[in-house]
Amino acid sequence: MDIDIEEREFAAIIGPSGSGKTTLLGLLAGLDVPATGSVSIDGQDLNKLTEDQRASLRAEKVGFVFQSFQLIPTLTALENVMVPLELYDRSESSGSPGKRASSLLERVGLGDRLGHYPIQLSGGEQQRVALARAFVNEPKILFADEPTGNLDMENGSVIVDLLMTMNRELATTLVLVTHDPALADRAARVIRLEGGRIASDSGVSA
Amino acid sequence: MKAFFAIRMALRETRGSRARLTLYMAAIAAGVASLVAIGSFRENVTRTVRSQARTVLGADLEVRHRNDFPDTIVSVLDSLKGAGIETTESVNFGSMVLAESGNSRLLQVRGIDGGFPYYGDIESVPASAWSEFQASRAAVVDEAVLVYLDAEVGDTISIGETEFVIAGYLRDFPGDLGVRAAVGPRVFIPLRYIEETRLLRFGSVATHRVYFRWDDGAAVQNFVDQHNSLLVDNRVGRTTVEDVEDNLGNALENLTRFLGLVGLIALILGGLGVASGVHVFVKEKLDTIAVLRCLGARHPTVFRIYLLQAGMIGLGGAMIGAILGLAIQVLLPTVLGEFLPLDIEVTTQWGMVAMGLFTGVWTSMIFALFPLLKIRGVSPLSALRKDFTPKLKKRPIARTLAFAALVASIVGISVWQAPSPAMGVAFAVAIGIATGILAVAAWGTTHSAKRFFPRRARYVIRQGVANLFRPQNQTISVVLVLGFGMFILTTLGIVQRSLLEQFSVDTDSSRPNLVFFDVQSDQREALTRIMESHGLPRIGAVPIVPARMSRVNDLSVEEILSDTTTNPNRWMYRREYRHTYRDSVTSSETITAGLWFDEADSGELPRISLDEDIAEGLEIGLGDRITWNVQGVDIETRIASLRRINWARFEPNFFAIFEPGVLDQAPQTFVYLTRSDSAAQGARAQREVVENLSNVAVVDLGLIQNTIDGVVTKISYAVKFMALFSMASGLVVLVGAIATTRYQRVQESALLRTLGASARQVRQMIATEYLALGLAAGTTGIGLAVLAGWGLTHFVFEISVAISPVWLGLSLTALALTTVVVGALNSRGVTRNPPLATLRELSE
Repeated sequence: MDIDIEEREFAAIIGPSGSGKTTLLGLLAGLDVPATGSVSIDGQDLNKLTEDQRASLRAEKVGFVFQSFQLIPTLTALENVMVPLELYDRSESSGSPGKRASSLLERVGLGDRLGHYPIQLSGGEQQRVALARAFVNEPKILFADEPTGNLDMENGSVIVDLLMTMNRELATTLVLVTHDPALADRAARVIRLEGGRIASDSGVSA
Repeated sequence: MKAFFAIRMALRETRGSRARLTLYMAAIAAGVASLVAIGSFRENVTRTVRSQARTVLGADLEVRHRNDFPDTIVSVLDSLKGAGIETTESVNFGSMVLAESGNSRLLQVRGIDGGFPYYGDIESVPASAWSEFQASRAAVVDEAVLVYLDAEVGDTISIGETEFVIAGYLRDFPGDLGVRAAVGPRVFIPLRYIEETRLLRFGSVATHRVYFRWDDGAAVQNFVDQHNSLLVDNRVGRTTVEDVEDNLGNALENLTRFLGLVGLIALILGGLGVASGVHVFVKEKLDTIAVLRCLGARHPTVFRIYLLQAGMIGLGGAMIGAILGLAIQVLLPTVLGEFLPLDIEVTTQWGMVAMGLFTGVWTSMIFALFPLLKIRGVSPLSALRKDFTPKLKKRPIARTLAFAALVASIVGISVWQAPSPAMGVAFAVAIGIATGILAVAAWGTTHSAKRFFPRRARYVIRQGVANLFRPQNQTISVVLVLGFGMFILTTLGIVQRSLLEQFSVDTDSSRPNLVFFDVQSDQREALTRIMESHGLPRIGAVPIVPARMSRVNDLSVEEILSDTTTNPNRWMYRREYRHTYRDSVTSSETITAGLWFDEADSGELPRISLDEDIAEGLEIGLGDRITWNVQGVDIETRIASLRRINWARFEPNFFAIFEPGVLDQAPQTFVYLTRSDSAAQGARAQREVVENLSNVAVVDLGLIQNTIDGVVTKISYAVKFMALFSMASGLVVLVGAIATTRYQRVQESALLRTLGASARQVRQMIATEYLALGLAAGTTGIGLAVLAGWGLTHFVFEISVAISPVWLGLSLTALALTTVVVGALNSRGVTRNPPLATLRELSE
């Protein structure tokens, strides 16, 4: 397969279970390297980077939203959001990590729950913390893996709205894996996988 | 900043597990406490020895001889006195002492003149007793003497043919050990009355001492160096202040280092605890680690977070341990007081505290390295997919390095603590072997649980047994830790038991329990009459003939000793031997080479049978000739047989036995063996013997037994005190090891209960699993202990091992039950909560 995703594009990857969606996402995000072929992010060939260099690249340019939220249970909401900033000490460029993280949490409507631990938050709230964490380092590209998969309809749509709004505001490229046709419909481009191959791609249909 | 991030994360990541981490801290704390306590104590002892050595000796130089000083020595000593050096003398021998109460007992009688001690103070009750008893026919005694004789200050005691009034008893005598009074309680009398007792007769051994006040260390050393060969040739012993420093310093250093080794085990158990804790902790943190990796954390950053955490646990534990250790070192002089001839001045040894802190942090980080290596295999992909299992990269280099660091650290700390580097290495190797065997046993447990799975057993048993080999089981770490603790404690138990057993007097009614020593030839008849009148059977009468060695084959002893390069066992040539003659072999000896006297033999010379160890030490064997000087008469003998002797039996045993007929006419004394059926019968006979045959010493083997029991018990008390640290950290580690499986167990039992298992069934499963773990660990630990106990008794103490299967069985049961109880307590929430609550708790 051959996929190009443009800057600021919003692409959804859909397909039945086992079609390779998550594998593709993992490869695109540099969480794994392909046995053959290559992946580049922002012009950098991931194959040529070491594991730790890929980690640095992720810290700098990539954001993640997971189906199961993946907040660190021992950290408060605020501390969870601060992690990407603290990892590489980006305080000078955009104010103190604490201020930046709390303003993002306010942005997702959790300004009053900064000190809460993940276990004290509902699923929807946890995913909103995860969104704040994903955007806190102003990534060039955001990968979202079934972001609404573990949420009810109501919470799901809140998350999707937030995701789309913040994506637009921060001019981020968004790659989203989902089962949900309604969510996929909101994407500019839909890539459909079947059995590990691209079955259709609205971006190259022309 | 990045370093700060690691520290911040390390601190934050302890949230929710602090109770458990405190547990590991406690394990490290126990180890550090014992290191700091023993180490500080050792420093204090060394300092005290240096400052008090002169007080211990009471003089600047002591010269002694196990008999009257030879003329050459007397003239040398006289020349010193002539030069104005102050001296004082003492004579020491064993004698029966009879009190007004009718009690009599074999005591150390010490004739002493007024000057002693030149340094230090002898405290007596009343205070004036020591300074005034010289003026009259009076005695000052060890406090124990009053108890043994049922006497009071002011009573009269008979020693030989003289009577003395007890002027007081001793409270503090410089250089005394606490156990000393139990081993050889003393009666001090003025030296000038020794003659009047008429106790110094043929065959009795009296040690003569001269003390010098010569406050010029260089001159003393000069004198000793100058006269060394003269002193040695005349078998005259000497002790300078420097000797006291060296000997006492070494002895105490060794004592504290042995105790330190026992304490070191606590530290290693603590490290093991941290390792097993980190192992499980890391497993629980795999999700977090994957997320951190996804967010762009590099491997070294993540590794640093958790290594720092281990370091923090170590530091916390080490600080608690150091404080505890400082408190305990204040207690140690009390625990070990019986073995310390001086009052230890306790001061805080900051160097030891620093070492303790460093060791605690180092140990926990080094032990954490292995489990932490797993972190490096965590792929960020795991954050995307729960079921993702990355192909584990083997990291042989990292693993080898971590292993090497661990081994080097254990060896390093052992060598630092041990009495000698070789012993430190041996100790580390022993730990390595024990760990290896335990690991194999743990592997064997999982393996055989699988192999011999009880298919037909009830479900709960099957499930419990299956838990031993399920994925992520704790079998290895629990068996290692429990087995190790069991191993150490049982080994101590076996050694103590063997020592006690070794010295136990036979209760068999045909064995002697009362022994009469120093019976002169002309007293035999009188003694036999007294024994008969009290109904005491004559179990044996053994002749004793003192002799010295004058030639071995064709070389004189002087010639052999003049060649300093040859034989290291010089004392064997110089000592005074006490021979006997008889025609039969006793039950405490076995012929190992040659023929006993009843076999026909074509040799010319009178035959002797020699102890095989002495023969080995003298580098001679069957057919070699030894010439003995028996009271001035040379008798040449030929070695006809060698014997192995069990010296620990309370029986008169001899290095050399002559064939009958050779020594019959030589000057000799006799030892009579008998048995009294009651203490009263024995006491009445003793009294009559003391009144009529004052030089005859009576030894009640029952009393000796009590004394030995007392001393061994005191020693094992000190050792057990140190073993307590191992027990404490072992228990902490057990609780920790079991607590770490809680997370998994909660999950499983919730599932099982959702599927319809009753709380009772879940409890039974848990009990089955822990019972199996406890039994596996206990059996292996005990097996190892039996091996180690045998090795220690056989090679170090050279006694036979005494193992009680009942006691071992009880220990095993105790361990298994403790394991089950700790396991049950730890899992109690698991069965108490409704399953839904548990499942929800887990999913959140």
